[in-house]
Amino acid sequence: MKISRRRFLFTTALVGGGVLIGYSATRPSKHRRANAELAKGGEHYVTSFLKIEPDNTVTVYVPHSEMGQGVHTSLPMMAADELDANWELVKMEQAPAIDLFANGDLIKGFAGEFGIPGFLMGLVNVSAVKVAEIMNLQTTGGSSSVRYTGEVAMRTAGAAARHMLIECAAARWGVAADECTAQLSYVHHNASGRTLSYGELAADAALLEPPENTVLKDPSQFTIMGKAISRFDIPAKVDGSAFYGIDAQPEGMLYAAIRFAPVFGTKLVSVDAGDILSRRGIKRIVELEDSVAVVADSYWRASEALKLLKSEFETSDNDSTSSADIFAGFDQSLADSNGSKDIEEGDTEGALESAADVIEGNYRVPYLAHAAMEPMNCTVYIHDDIAEVWTSTQDALGIKGRVASIAGLAEEDAIFHHSYLGGGFGRRLPFNWNVIDHATLIAKQFDVPVKTVLSREDDMQQDYYRPAVASNFKAAFDGAGNVQAWHNRFTGPIQTPGASHIPYTIANKSIRVVDGDTHVPIAAWRSVDHSQQTFFTESFIDEIAHRSGKNPYQFRMDLLGDHPRHRKVLEVAAEAAGYGRNLPEGHALGIAVQQSFGSIVAEVAEVSMGADNQPIIHKVTCAIDCGWVVNPDTVEAQVESGIIYGLTAALYGEITIENGRVAQNNFPDYKMVRMATAPEIEVHIVASGEALGGLGEPSTPPIAAAVTNAIYILTGQRVRELPIKNTDFSRTTPVARV
Amino acid sequence: MANFKINGVQQNLDIEPDMPLLWVIRDELGMTGTKFGCGIASCGACTVHVNGMAVRSCVTPVSSVEGQEVTTIEGLASVAAGANPSAPDLSAVPLSAVPLSAVPLSAVQQAWIDHQVPQCGYCQSGMIMAVSSLLAANPNPSDADIDSSITNVCRCGSYPRVRKAIRSLAIA
Repeated sequence: MKISRRRFLFTTALVGGGVLIGYSATRPSKHRRANAELAKGGEHYVTSFLKIEPDNTVTVYVPHSEMGQGVHTSLPMMAADELDANWELVKMEQAPAIDLFANGDLIKGFAGEFGIPGFLMGLVNVSAVKVAEIMNLQTTGGSSSVRYTGEVAMRTAGAAARHMLIECAAARWGVAADECTAQLSYVHHNASGRTLSYGELAADAALLEPPENTVLKDPSQFTIMGKAISRFDIPAKVDGSAFYGIDAQPEGMLYAAIRFAPVFGTKLVSVDAGDILSRRGIKRIVELEDSVAVVADSYWRASEALKLLKSEFETSDNDSTSSADIFAGFDQSLADSNGSKDIEEGDTEGALESAADVIEGNYRVPYLAHAAMEPMNCTVYIHDDIAEVWTSTQDALGIKGRVASIAGLAEEDAIFHHSYLGGGFGRRLPFNWNVIDHATLIAKQFDVPVKTVLSREDDMQQDYYRPAVASNFKAAFDGAGNVQAWHNRFTGPIQTPGASHIPYTIANKSIRVVDGDTHVPIAAWRSVDHSQQTFFTESFIDEIAHRSGKNPYQFRMDLLGDHPRHRKVLEVAAEAAGYGRNLPEGHALGIAVQQSFGSIVAEVAEVSMGADNQPIIHKVTCAIDCGWVVNPDTVEAQVESGIIYGLTAALYGEITIENGRVAQNNFPDYKMVRMATAPEIEVHIVASGEALGGLGEPSTPPIAAAVTNAIYILTGQRVRELPIKNTDFSRTTPVARV
Repeated sequence: MANFKINGVQQNLDIEPDMPLLWVIRDELGMTGTKFGCGIASCGACTVHVNGMAVRSCVTPVSSVEGQEVTTIEGLASVAAGANPSAPDLSAVPLSAVPLSAVPLSAVQQAWIDHQVPQCGYCQSGMIMAVSSLLAANPNPSDADIDSSITNVCRCGSYPRVRKAIRSLAIA
């Protein structure tokens, strides 16, 4: 990896719903500011990300949110390895939410090079400061932290720091730098046997200009990366001390329970509070444009009082809208419009017209809620012309700017208090701001802190949802049964460009997107468009394989000539799962593969049908090519996590709309995979040595199709709509194995 | 008045008898290790022990624990060790890493570290309390026992690791 930078690298990365990378040279002024603002007596910042103290401890500042993906450990591992630090002396701290850790110029540079996600379009041309408010490195999403912040910033920071420390030692000893070596947080001059600790050299190093060229290690030189190192955040998560946003309890805090307009986009008309204010602990009723809140001295008192409060919301055109209407609208849109181009290769229309045979498949998936375990919440304290905020977020700096603007303050007058996230999955990304806005507006009416907490019901009914999508396919076959054309029309919007594309060699492809806008608010949901599109494309390719009379695994392999990495993960997963072996009676294997966020994942699901005529998922065997591995234990944990998240959606997940509003309200009707239904999961890491791929999301997309492809073999029933639970399998017959 | 012991400390609180134990623990006593997840005893994030038995505190009126012994995640280790329990330090740690948990750990908690079970961690207080209760009653649970007893929701999907950690604790 070649990195050449005029100044020390200061890296940011932001991805939300797509891919965006940021890195750039830090201006010397920022470097000095870091020392001025963050270093306390006796401490020196060698770089903006690393702090080396006289006692030889190294603190790595991590500018990303920890939501269980292990980034608080994997990023320090990357910096410490390049630094040749002793891991026992390495600590991590959450980087503060200040714009020092964001840099609009570099984001603009990356936006130009790599393109930016749709939801950020229009923001790149504003001033660097404004960009930094919104597009900042503290956003955690798109499976990006290790790939970009780690690979570019952390490693370079560590390598640059090591280089500087060696320079300082050489200068003190009056020897050439290349006579010195660094190991385990010490610099050695082997010829004279002298050593100095990094801590002893830190003050000198802080005065040096960072090197122009930084050489990163070859993987064979890694001492920390590649090892299954225990995560920093886990001890606090087993003894109850881990601090989440919902755990904020600043002195004098009050609690708000809130009721939102049930139909998205409607406003509050009137409130009848009755004698609620006379109840114990109730402080005030707060009416907002689209909601009403009860503020009390305890959350329970506030929510009990809210149940008694009568409220009226305005009527709207959507008051009678149902999911059936929404899907009928999608079907109409698909019938009326040829849509806009996603992919056009060859002459699909002609191939369909001259085909010996054509098969069709019409697929659909519903809206989904994120349902993070920590219900959405936000605590705000506005006092002395500042606003303090506590909330679990994937974007600390963005939240700070948002709260400040609603409070009528400058961004620098907001103080963000970091916390762990009780799940993110996209719900806590920028622009999904309903709770933040409401909490700030409520707190504006008090001179004490106010914590606004959504009930599970409101969390589920006031989400920004994974879009419902309908997708229609046709495939054309020639007289010999070979597939000649792939025709796909689906409802948008496209949040993740490329998610609908297929790696298979088919001569003619036409993939187009039609309008799918509804009144339901949407956002990124773990793996974004890949979760829907992979179910569609990996199911329909399976339909084509069966129609061709070919084994679905071999069929995929035959059409993946241009994609050796896809072939490899398929081969590894199939072999590990014993694809083709004699299975227990009533069991079948389904297979699927998808590339997303830079990683390629193949999954094989072993499935049987239970007495209730619904599938039992016995085992999922997964192979992932994520390039190479920083922490193998974290890789496995993330792959397991993504599979179970996707499996919950495939088996049970649906948010339906009735009378304009969400029908589901809590876990009993938004069912979850639990211990009893969680499959055994086996993870195989394929180290291709290619660029680092993401891990937080790529194992989610293939699981739905892997399961339904197995169900097809077991029942002859092609599942074209999720969730699977809605399909009646009571009168089905197995398909002959091919 | 509500009178009960929590982690060995007697509490006498002037609160409504129907206030759920969860909110007594979190908002009245300021102990935040016990989590709010669903409010209807569906997810198990709020699991605590009452006289050693796992209960879902979000639907447990405080009046029902009158005179009983409540244990939360903060007190699990000292109760498990049979130590003379004292009020735990309830101040949440900042988001900086500590190499080891600052308090003594129970065997279940240690197994959770050994198997790197938590991801986001939000459900894990409840998960650990549920598993501790199961193992106290059934030291060698079968997979079926685990499936029927541990019904907590984990959105991060830590289930395979939860199972491995339980198996490592089972007395063969």
